[in-house]
Amino acid sequence: MATDVSTLHHAPAKQRRGWLEWITTVDHKKIGIMYAVTAFLFFVIGGLEALLIRLQLGSSQNAILTPEAYNQVFTMHGTTMVFMAIMPVNAGFMNYFVPLMIGAGDMAYPRMNAMSYWLLLFGGIVMYSSFVFGGGAPDAGWFAYAPLTSTTYSVTRGMDYWVLGLQLLGVSSLAGSVNIIVTIIRLRAPGMRFNRMPLFVWMSFVTSFLLIFALPSITVGITLLFFDRNFGTNFFLPAAGGDPLLWQHLFWFFGHPEVYIMILPAFGVVSEMLPVFSRKPIFGYEFVAYSGVAIGVLGFTVWAHHMFATNLGVIADTFFAAASMLISVPTGVKIFNWLATLWRGELRFKTPMLFSLGFIAMFVIGGISGVSLAAAPFDLQVTDSYFVVAHFHYVLFGGAVFALFGAAYYWFPKITGKMMSERIGKWHFWILLLGFNLTFFPQHMLGLQGMPRRVWTYQQNQGWDFYNLLSTIGSFCIALATLVFIVNFIISLRKGAPAGNDPWDAATLEWATTSPPPAHNFDVEYIVHSRRPLWDNKYSGEGRGMTINYDFHPHLPPPSFAPIIFSFGLFVLAYGMLNLASAPLIGIPIILVALAIAFVGMNRWVGEIAQDPVL
Amino acid sequence: MAQAVVRDIDKNDPGRGLDLRKLGMWTFLGSEVFFFGALVVTHLSMRGVVAPSASKANLDVAGVRNMFGDNVLTSILAFILLTSSLTMVLALDGVKTNNQKRFRFWLGATIACGVIFLGGQVYEFYHIVHEYNVTIKNMMFGSTFFFVTGFHGTHVAVGVIWLVSLLVSAIRHPERYNAGNYMAVELGGLYWHFVDLVWVLIFTVIYLI
Repeated sequence: MATDVSTLHHAPAKQRRGWLEWITTVDHKKIGIMYAVTAFLFFVIGGLEALLIRLQLGSSQNAILTPEAYNQVFTMHGTTMVFMAIMPVNAGFMNYFVPLMIGAGDMAYPRMNAMSYWLLLFGGIVMYSSFVFGGGAPDAGWFAYAPLTSTTYSVTRGMDYWVLGLQLLGVSSLAGSVNIIVTIIRLRAPGMRFNRMPLFVWMSFVTSFLLIFALPSITVGITLLFFDRNFGTNFFLPAAGGDPLLWQHLFWFFGHPEVYIMILPAFGVVSEMLPVFSRKPIFGYEFVAYSGVAIGVLGFTVWAHHMFATNLGVIADTFFAAASMLISVPTGVKIFNWLATLWRGELRFKTPMLFSLGFIAMFVIGGISGVSLAAAPFDLQVTDSYFVVAHFHYVLFGGAVFALFGAAYYWFPKITGKMMSERIGKWHFWILLLGFNLTFFPQHMLGLQGMPRRVWTYQQNQGWDFYNLLSTIGSFCIALATLVFIVNFIISLRKGAPAGNDPWDAATLEWATTSPPPAHNFDVEYIVHSRRPLWDNKYSGEGRGMTINYDFHPHLPPPSFAPIIFSFGLFVLAYGMLNLASAPLIGIPIILVALAIAFVGMNRWVGEIAQDPVL
Repeated sequence: MAQAVVRDIDKNDPGRGLDLRKLGMWTFLGSEVFFFGALVVTHLSMRGVVAPSASKANLDVAGVRNMFGDNVLTSILAFILLTSSLTMVLALDGVKTNNQKRFRFWLGATIACGVIFLGGQVYEFYHIVHEYNVTIKNMMFGSTFFFVTGFHGTHVAVGVIWLVSLLVSAIRHPERYNAGNYMAVELGGLYWHFVDLVWVLIFTVIYLI
């Protein structure tokens, strides 16, 4: 879509340079990049923790880690990967591409968007600072079952850091989700009706609703936990009349939708990539979109399948087992739609396509073990064993991470203006596929042989040495693959071939603008007439997919310090809360300072809204 | 011509016409519903727990009833809080009709109702702790009671701060809010009505049943 833009006028916002440009930015694209880079750093940290776990389990009766350190490492591995790697990398892609895909100039609330990012970074810092200040990291597992989280069994301050870090991450996700929902409802280009939106936008929409309805439950849960640990309540302590199962309900009412929060955006990107590299439209657009909605709704009715072992009773077990199996229907619908999209397509095996196909294959394996786990009797046999570990890594690594690596290759040209190396990319894919299966497939066998998860070590005569060794070797292949990706990223950033606007000959609006896009995204307003505006313009005739409104004046808010100041206030507040019960003379002054900082930020923010009424 | 096309399209796509800030507020309140839902469920699942308790009173649920008396105080507070929804509507009506005096008067009245409610809650907390020796620590009913009503009270306090800042800003910049620009007031009002509405639920669940 070459258009003469030289005559168009755009009010250039006052820009800052250097690192201040990043600190004060309210541009959804810069924020998206910061999200993705931060999430990738946390992915590497979480990955190093995984390597420690695998080193420890590589052979029987190993003592590389102490049992205490092992608890901390697996807790931080899970927490990091879920909350600080997969969720924010999803948020990063949503941030960057939802506005572009719907033809908008920015997110609905650019300043709040910046706040979401800073709270992610600060939340991660709070959690990791427990290694230094807390006497040890969180050590009760990423789902933090009571009473392991009580001060009796978790003696360091780690779990308190965990709670406060999660609170910041929760505010970040909540604000981010509100932002995405409003952006999608309100800022779609003219003619971009709901049933024309790209499927990634659809899945971002569903994911955001899942977040706003699921997050409050864990917010209440971790607040109760914080009171238990700091203010002498007994919500989860059975000795004093509390109920550990209450924690499990509150946690999994969040925790199961959380699974879909991580995987639905992956479904979305795969639904974007497969049609482009199969050279035909997605098969059954409506089914792919609405099955995502169905998964989201059903996702709220299955949380207790994580709790079969808690003796909920036959009726409850039956209900939750049936509801869980029901979810495989819309999920299966998606799988078959993807396969039908490939069918008789003109397949092009570029790196994003390889990752998409790898995603389908790996996710199906994880899905099948998932359906078997939904059967309560089988679940009771393998619950808390390595079979479960294998299952959810096939879903979240084989599923989400594969799709997200694919998305990185697919969208890297748009973000940087350069192509990633196909040759290194293929190495990355094949090493990862091999390493992933080598790591996690043997864990199915280990689980069926009875190896429990979260054990620090095991005996030689238990016969688990061989599969554990395979798994450990595999984990180093994954590390190697990740290194290959980093190398590819750096080389391509420096010397990648120029990408042009639309290197993949794709169908959606983000490819209509330059790579990288200008600050205001589009020089013109697109009036959308079809689901595949670029393809239909190109292959069905100019004007069939979209037409152009040149009389278009995008407005962007100026850079702002308010979001980072306000977020920093909340960050300091977390440390005040940590000391409130144990050392009030330190805690209370810190809280007052924190509130003052937050107030300064809020005050600036309100003042800026008065000047420029965009939140 | 293109503008006409865009206008035509907007007619068939009501989502594009919604107010940006109001939409965000509604979405946030949707999340808040689940927040208070989880709080109330916590209370309901724990309210029957009596033992073992460190409280001298060691009240069972029926005993706990006594500490609220006949709910006279709380009923009056509930009445005041619900009335504040009416005054908030009148304040919004004032700004929508460009009647600054009416707007400020009713906004002030809403703030006053909120402050009275909070004062009443502080009095009630003090009374329960000191006369009945029920604290957040020593019995489960106390834990969930203070937790749920405390979080609601915090929401009321945030609402009061919000409305006060609106009032201050309306006094300092007399024409800032007017018939053409009242969204800031309406958003504060939405939040305020929500917090009032939640109290209906909490009052019923904790004090009445």
